[in-house]
Order: sequence, then C-alpha cells, then structure tokens
Amino acid sequence: MSNKTTTPALLDPSIVFPAIKDAFIKLDPRQLIRNPVIFVTEVVAAFVSAIFIRDLIAGGNEGVFSGQIAAWLWFTVLFATFAEAVAEGRGRAQAESLKKTKSELVARRLKDGREEKIAATLLKLGDIVIVEAGELIPGDGEVIEGIASVNESAITGESAPVIRESGGDRSAVTGGTQVLSDWIKVKITVQPGSSFVDRMIALIEGAERQKTPNEIALSILLSGLTIVFLIVVVSTWGLAGYSGTLVSATVLAALLVTLIPTTIGGLLSAIGIAGMDRLLRFNVVATSGRAVEAAGDVDTLLLDKTGTITFGNRMASEFLPVPGVDAHELAEAALLASLGDDTPEGRSIVALANGTYGVATPNITPDLVVPFAAETRLSGCDIGTRRLRKGAVDSVRNFTGLTEAECPPAFRQAVDKVARSGGTPLAVASGNKLLGVIHLKDIVKPGIKERFAELRAMGIRTVMVTGDNPVTAAAIASEAGVDDFLAEAKPEDKLAYIREQQRGGRLVAMCGDGTNDAPALAQADVGVAMQTGTQAAREAANMVDLDSSPTKLIEIVEIGKQLLMTRGALTTFSIANDVAKYFAIIPALFVVTYPQLSALNIMALGSPKSAILSAVIFNALIIIALIPLALKGVSYRPAGAATLLRRNLLIYGLGGILLPFAGIKIIDLAVVFLHLV
Amino acid sequence: MTLIGWVQIGFLLALVLASIKPLGLYMAKVFSGEKTVLAPVLGPLETAIYKLSGINRDKEQGWLAYTLAMLAFSVAGFVVLYAIMRLQAYLPVNPQGFGAVPSDLAFNTSASFVTNTNWQNYSGEAVMSNFTQMAGLAVQNFLSAATGMALAIAVTRAFIRSKAETVGNFWVDTTRATLYVLLPLSIIVTIAFIFLGLPQTMDGSVTATTLEGAKQVITLGPVASQEAIKQLGTNGGGFYNANAAHPFENPNAIANYINIFAMLSISAAMVYMFGQMTGNRKQGWVLISAIAVLLIAGIGITYWAETAGNPILTSLGLDPSMGNMEGKEVRFGQAMSTLYTAVTTGLSDGGVNSMIGSYTGIGGLVPMFLIHLGEVLPGGVGSGLYGLIVFAVLSVFVAGLMVGRTPEFLGKKIESREMKFAMLAVLILPLVILAFSAISAMLPAAVAAIGTPGPHGLSEILYAFTSAAGNNGSAMAGLSGNTVWYNTTLGISMLLGRFAYVVPVMAIAGSLAAKQKIPSSKGTFPTDTPLFAGLLIGIILILGGLQFFPSLALGPIVEHFAMMAGQTF
Repeated sequence: MSNKTTTPALLDPSIVFPAIKDAFIKLDPRQLIRNPVIFVTEVVAAFVSAIFIRDLIAGGNEGVFSGQIAAWLWFTVLFATFAEAVAEGRGRAQAESLKKTKSELVARRLKDGREEKIAATLLKLGDIVIVEAGELIPGDGEVIEGIASVNESAITGESAPVIRESGGDRSAVTGGTQVLSDWIKVKITVQPGSSFVDRMIALIEGAERQKTPNEIALSILLSGLTIVFLIVVVSTWGLAGYSGTLVSATVLAALLVTLIPTTIGGLLSAIGIAGMDRLLRFNVVATSGRAVEAAGDVDTLLLDKTGTITFGNRMASEFLPVPGVDAHELAEAALLASLGDDTPEGRSIVALANGTYGVATPNITPDLVVPFAAETRLSGCDIGTRRLRKGAVDSVRNFTGLTEAECPPAFRQAVDKVARSGGTPLAVASGNKLLGVIHLKDIVKPGIKERFAELRAMGIRTVMVTGDNPVTAAAIASEAGVDDFLAEAKPEDKLAYIREQQRGGRLVAMCGDGTNDAPALAQADVGVAMQTGTQAAREAANMVDLDSSPTKLIEIVEIGKQLLMTRGALTTFSIANDVAKYFAIIPALFVVTYPQLSALNIMALGSPKSAILSAVIFNALIIIALIPLALKGVSYRPAGAATLLRRNLLIYGLGGILLPFAGIKIIDLAVVFLHLV
Repeated sequence: MTLIGWVQIGFLLALVLASIKPLGLYMAKVFSGEKTVLAPVLGPLETAIYKLSGINRDKEQGWLAYTLAMLAFSVAGFVVLYAIMRLQAYLPVNPQGFGAVPSDLAFNTSASFVTNTNWQNYSGEAVMSNFTQMAGLAVQNFLSAATGMALAIAVTRAFIRSKAETVGNFWVDTTRATLYVLLPLSIIVTIAFIFLGLPQTMDGSVTATTLEGAKQVITLGPVASQEAIKQLGTNGGGFYNANAAHPFENPNAIANYINIFAMLSISAAMVYMFGQMTGNRKQGWVLISAIAVLLIAGIGITYWAETAGNPILTSLGLDPSMGNMEGKEVRFGQAMSTLYTAVTTGLSDGGVNSMIGSYTGIGGLVPMFLIHLGEVLPGGVGSGLYGLIVFAVLSVFVAGLMVGRTPEFLGKKIESREMKFAMLAVLILPLVILAFSAISAMLPAAVAAIGTPGPHGLSEILYAFTSAAGNNGSAMAGLSGNTVWYNTTLGISMLLGRFAYVVPVMAIAGSLAAKQKIPSSKGTFPTDTPLFAGLLIGIILILGGLQFFPSLALGPIVEHFAMMAGQTF
C-alpha cells in the first residue's frame, strides 16, 4: 500500500510533546475508567505509592524498593496514556487542516428574501445560503439553484475544480470548499456540529470515540483476565499465609500488574485510533469505527467496471484488414481518418497506429476534414481523391454505398469476431472500398488482475458491476479475472445482489456515487461514497472517499484487516508474556519460606527484589517499545488466513513467550549492576 | 517406566481410539433424532416415557427454556436424593439398618451426585443403604451424566443451526442419552463386570472367617451395576470407600482395563460426534488430537514421577526398582495406576484405583493440574465437550483476529456477547478453587482437618476444592472432608462448578444458534488444522492452567523439590 499523503515521522516533536502533556491529563481516573486494565494499574500504582510513603516514614531500606516499583507502575500507566495521546495527536494533525477551513466562516443566509451575514456555526438545518465566486461554502448541503465550479482540493487534494449544479447527481457540496466561478444557492442539509468534517474529527479524538464492537469484545476478554488475576493474587496472599509467608503488598501489586494484560490494554485504543488515521491518510473518511472493522470482514467486493476495472474509455487495440489490404495500409487510413476525431476513441486509434503499427502521422494537410459528430458517427478526411472515413460500421457502410450483402465476407467476419469478444467494431473505408475493421475495447487497468488474485487469496470474491450486455461483460470479466459479474445492472439489481449475498452470510462492500446508488450503499456492510457523489449517496454510505477513486475499496479492506490483525497480534503477545513473568516472580515470592523453589528461577535472576523489579520494568517498557507497531500496524501481506495465522502465531505467540525471558534477564543484569535494589 | 508398562498404556489408548468413530457416529445419530439399531427395542419405551410425562418430542426449546428445564430437573434430583438419604432408615432395602445421613453430609452428597462430581465424604459401605445406593445415587449417576450430554448436544446444535431460536428439547435429549447410550452400555459393562467377579446381589453382607479365625463382615450389594455407570457416566463415586482400589470394585487387570476404557470412550467419542454433527469430522479429530497430546503428556509425567520413586524411601533402604508403590495396588502396578489417575482427572470421573495422596509431589501435581485445565481432556460426558468448546471459542477469539477478520468458529462469529459469557464461565473455576482454598488455608478449623502438615496439607486443601469445582470427585485422601465446613463449602463449590459454569455456556449456545452461519473462505480462520490444535493446547495451558501456578508452587511443587532434597514435613 502506498501512502497518499506523507506520513509524519513517528516521533514528530510537534506531536510527541503535546502528547506527553496529554498523557498526564489522561491520568484522570474518570477518563481512565474507560480502559479497565489500565485503570486497575493506576489504582495499584496509587496503592503502592501509599506503601512507599509509609515506608519512607518508617525509615529503613524498604522504601528504595517500593518507591521504584511505584514509579514503574506509574510509568506503565503513563506509557499507556501516552500511546493513546500520540495516536490522537497524529490523527488530529491530519484533521487540523480541515478544521481550520471550518472556523471563522461567514455565511450569507437568505431569510425572507433578504440576505444576512451570520457565523457558519450558527447555521441550521434547512437554511439557504448564497455563495459566490471566491467564497467558501459554509456547510454541507445541496445546490438548489445555479451552477458553479467548485474547488474541493481542501478536502480531496485534487486541484481540478468540479462542477456543482442543482438537480441530478452533482448537487452535493461540502463545507469548507471554495466556489471558483458563478454562484449557487445551497440548502444546508446537515446540522452544524454533525457535519462531515466534524464527524471525522470526533472519530479520532478520544473523548467522543465510540468503542467498536470488536474492541468491546476484546475489552471484555481483557477485563475478565484482569479479574481472574485479581483472584489469583489475592488468594496467593491467603495460601502463602498457610505456610507462614507474609507476602508484601508491594510484591503482590507487582505480580498483579505484570500478569494482567497491560500491554494490549495500554495499546488498544491507540490501535483503533491509528486505524482511523491510516484510513484518513488514504483520504477516506469513515463515519463510524464499526465500518472500518467491517471492512476487514468483507467477503464480497462489488466493483463498478468503469473507472475501477477498466479505464472507462474504449480504446483501439487491433486493426483487422480485409484480404488484399495490408495492416500498415489500414493503420495509415485509420490514422488519417481519425485526425478529425478528438474523442478519446479517436485519439486511441492514432496512438495505436503510431505505436504498435509504427505508422508516423504524415505531414499532409487534408483538403477536407470531417470531424466526428454524434449524428454522423464517423470522421474522416479527403486528401486528393482519397476519401478516408472511419466510424460506426453501418455509418461507414452507408458512406461506401454498399448494402450489407455486398460487403466482403472477411469484413463481416471481422465485425462479428470483434462483437463476439465483447468489443466494438469500427469500420474504415477509402471511397467505396472497405479496408477493414478497428477493434475497440475496454482496456483493463494494468495490475488489476494481480490485485484480484491477491484478494482471492485473502478469500474475498470480486464482482464486477456493469451496464454492458452480458457478452461484453463476460469478456471483460474474464480478462480482469473477477469472480463474478452483474451485466446490464440497474441500481435495483445491485441492491438485490447485495441482499442475496448477505442472506448467505456474506459481508459486502461496494462504492457508488449516484442518488440511485444510495439504497445499495446503505444496504452494503461497507458502503463507500465518492466525494463527487450526491449528498444522498454520501449520507447512505458509511465511508466517503475524498479522492473519488473506486479502486480505493481494496485499500479500505486491507486497512480493516490490518487493524484487526494488529489487535490480535498484540493480544496474543500480551497473554503469552505471562509465562515468563510467572517464572520471574513466583520463585521470588516464596523463596524465603521455601528455598527449594529457587529451582524455578530458571532465568537465574539476581535476587527476589531484582527479579520483581525487572519484571515490572519490562512490563512498562514493552508498552513504549510497541507503540510504533500499534501506530503503524503489523506488517501486512495479502495471503490466506492459514498463512497469516502461521506467520503471526510464530512471531507474536512464540515470540511473546520467549522475548520476555530475554528481556527480563537483561533488565535484571542492569538492575543488579546499578545496585538499584 | 518399563516398555511393558507403555505397551499396556498404548494398547488401551489404541482401543479407545478405535472406539471413537463408531461410538461417535452412533451418538450423532441418536442426538439427530435418527433411528438407530436399538430403535425396535427402545423406541416404544421412549414413546411411552414421553406419553407418560406429557412431553411433546417435536417441541423444541430456546436456550433459556432448555437451561431452566435442566435446572429444574437438577433441583428435583437434588431434593429427591437429599430426602432419600435423610429418610433411608424408613425406606426399604436397608439390610444393614443404616440411620439417616447427617444433614451437612446429605447436602454435600446430593450436590456431589447431582453435579456429576461424586465427591464422597462418606464410606458407602458404612453409611448408605442399598436403596440409597440404587434408587438415589445410581439414578443420579445416570441422570447427571445424561444432563451433561444433553447440554453438550444443545451447544453442538448452536453450531449446526443458522438463525435458529431453539437449541433442542432438554427432556428428549436427556431421555435419549439415557435410553440409547448410557443404559445399553451399562448393561454390557455390568455383565462383563459380573463375569469378572464383581458382586451383584441384594444381600447386605457376608461374614467370613479369616485365616486367623476372626470374623469379618464384608459388605455386598449391587456393585457391578453401580460400577458400570460410575465409569460410563464419568461419575467416579464408588460403592466402597476405597473406590476402584477395592478388590470387589476392581478385582483384576482386565476389570481395570474395562474401567479405564469405559470412562474414557464416551467423552472422547462425543468430541468426534461434535465434528460429525457440525459437518466437519476433521474438526473433531483436531480437537481429539489436542486432548490426546495433553492427556498423554499428563500420563507420561505421572508415570515417570511415580516410577522414579521417592529418594527418601530409597535412602531408608527400600528397593527403588518398583518406584513409589505407596498407596498403589500391586495387582495394577505403576503403569495401570498412573494411567487410571491421569485419565480419571483428565476426565471428570474421579474414581481412583490408587491413593493420589500418596503420590510424589509431581505425581500429585499432574492430576490436580489436569483438573485445573478445566476438565476437558476429554472431560466428563458432555461437560468435557462444552468446556472444550469454550476453550476453542477463546482460542479463536485471542488468535483469530490475527488473520484480519472478526473471529469465527465453525461459521459463527464470536462477538462481545459470547466473550462476556465465556469469561463468566472461565472465571468460575479460579474463583471457587482459589477463594475457598485461600480461606480454608487461613481458617484454623479448616486447617485442622488436613492429614499431613506442611506443603502437602495445602495440596490436600487445594486438591479438594479443585476436585469439587471441577466436578471431578477424586480426592487427595488425608483431608477429613466430613466436617460441616468442608461439607458445605465443597458442596457449594460443586454446585457453582457445574451450574454457574454451564448457564453462561448455554447463553453462548443460544446466542450462536441465533446467528447466521457464515460460509467459510480462504480468509476464514482455519480451525481444523494441526496449527489450531497447537493453539488450543497453548490457550488451555495459559488461560486454564497458568492461573494456578502460584498455588501449585506452594503445594506440590515445593513438595517435589523438598522430596528431592530429602526433606520431609
């Protein structure tokens, strides 16, 4: 995946410093309670701090130990809040530019036929505003009168202006974009504060961020594990009491915090925010986090043929001469006849003759140029006695004066062949002689076939939607390598197809832009509306692509998958970590009562205190160490689930078991070397 | 360890393996409501039972109705059993003329048999009349096992169905489990046992004159039939206090073989049945292989620890060649004793043919740890299967996200509702075991009941609550459990271990049944591969076992290291 916009450096100071401040603000327990694992850690940190103060008052050496444990527990909490703050900071930076455009906008509201100036934020649903050239559109809405060219680069990054006019599919406008020419009357269709840009910002900023379904399920698992370990630690105190061991509260607190899944608990929200942020970097705005997750689950992609799979214009791909005419001659005639054709098709004929057939454009000024027109459906030129024409088969035949039966059989066969393959045949004639046929066809975008193969490997079916007849559709479908196609598709067909897929338990993603796409967009599990689309389409969709690039759907799916994978990888890692932590702390806990248990100290840690401190330090540092991974997401290559699982289980499962053994040992060596305890 | 020992173990496991498929297929038929070979004989009986009790066999229940029916049935069973014990003096078939069972013991025993635990704080031959044994205990041996099977079937159906509101009919499932599975197998095993010399009589006792000329009264009764359902239903409650170490319960090597085979085969076959019914036999085998790896590891470690013996005894001049024979029967030897112990705890059977309390530190740790793992190896009849499914769901959830999709198991999405109930279920075992153990370890009156001071005493307490909450029933004899404290707390542990666990599991079943079944694709997390078996093992060990590491360190692990150092307590 190539990033659309430049990614700020991971440790950009302009993000990191405010994040440090935010990390402290987020310590507020009222806010932290949203994250049960880290909340428990904070409570424990406060508890150990109290013990530290008691130890200080009591004097003696205990304070050295409890003080350090308390400090590292606070660090654990801070690292977690810092991770969230950094993720928010990065997302906010992305949204900031959009936000700027929103502030201090003045709207010219029309009320009772009079115009008044009010702040854009005071606009209400249904207000009508007038916007003239050079002014910014004050809010999301629909053009009800007028036509204007609008610069939407503030949102899309595309500098080419777009036309917005009342009625039809191009009536939606977005607040913050600029009218370049003419004027329009806009009816505000969104309550201020819930507009498009606001929703985007709200999704990134922590306080209003809604947990997504999968995040909630994961939180339940993590909270459950926290309760289990709370039971384990409290009961350990009782069971140790039987043997006459009084385990210190500091040590039990350390045991609890190292066992509960602080790593994933601390990074969970950062992962979610970073996922939204990644989407935003691709210029896609999701209206809910749920949609991003659903994108990872998608089984079927509904892709429009035009613009997504093919370039959208038919292009010349081959010259088919009749017997007695050589290909070079036909190419030259077609080239000359197309000089008067400025349509993409005409240009593609010239390009094909110049390129593949090596016919240079001759330096002749024709006596007469017949430009292409929709009525005549042909173009051409007269050079001396040569009257060259190319165009629709029947138009050209009429020009030659031949009846259908009089056409050479080879010509008719060529026409049939092109039509059967899903292409469009054009005829080329010189005077009353038919020279041959040009094969026009939809050109499949390069690389798209490989892309579909990747999707298939991931278990995702691609379905091409086209208005073409079934023959044409089948030809392109097989060339592009899609799994299925919907030919002569009307918007209702799309809706019906989506419903049928969903009945079978499949999740469907699609993109669309027209008002008539709206029902299907709403029905799809992931509906991506084009920014250039209508307000209705954008309201129905749960994502909006600011670049209006239908191929984006594939990237969206990949971002969704990466988000879920990152969560799973860190959860597995976090849980696997516990094995080593047990082996660090358990012998340290009881070795005073039962010296035999030092046999369990397989890491040969320096002393009970150094072992416990090392485990706590490791537990805190691993959060910081994993922040880059949480923000960037685990590396992702399209592959089947079995392959992904094997790879990730090896890295994060097995790695999660082994790494802490090494990590805790190294920290212990440092702790002993520095005489910290 | 000897080669012949391993051959004995291997041959028995091979027999079980061979029985898995036919038995699994048969049960799949039974619980799909299909006609089986026994239909001509049992069909009319089945119909008569429904008619008599007014059950409409075609009317299915939602998960809640199913669960409530199960609870009502269990409460009724509890009340009847309690009443029989309290009133046995007035009831017939009481040749020894036993009086009423004390209230706390009756509570404990009722809880024990209704929950399929069969923890016995009594000596059967000295407290329970033949009527109580047959009409009370043996009936619950059937019914608690059938209840477990029914619950497992309901959970299985959740994976078969799509957008379903019901999970089956509890009364039908229980009836079919009893009639078509437990009863016929019990009859076969009973006859085999009688043939092997187990008593099957209504006489109270015989009086024998010993070689020294003394008179000895030997209690008799319907031992063979009791024994058959004890193993087939993974109950484990013996007729005699010595359980399967008693020569009348388990007279010889062949009887011992049948014992182990009988307790292992149904639970193992149910896992296969799960695969068969959900349309993925490979899934069944993968689950079985995960179970097999853990169970065989348990068997191997116990066998190794016991044959390695006790260096303290060796230093006192005992011949170390037989290993630690304390508490074991010579007629079984090390291999068949340790196999029995590992299987009885990997299952939630709980019958014993040797005294776990006399095992070495490690030898005693393994059975306890196998119960800690949640009684899923392969666990009690039914209860093992649904416990395993909970672990599979957890495995899928923890690691499933790593393939970039919402986790799903057999086409059912695992979401927050499932996680909530799975965590509630998973919490029960550590909560009950650790909380009661810790309180008992601090309570002087409770500590007074232990048999051996030092870390072994803690092991005894821990084992008792582990066994109760895990609905196992085996004991580290030594703890005098027949006190008001233990009768009550162990009784509560058993009830919570069974019902507080299964209610959330049924809620998961209801939620999954209502979900649409999603077709699998290349993007679906594969759960029928060796990799998943490995993952499942990891999750069972880490989420099931690791929580008990601190408590085990203070008990059996210390015992082991102390023994190696020649230290006693």
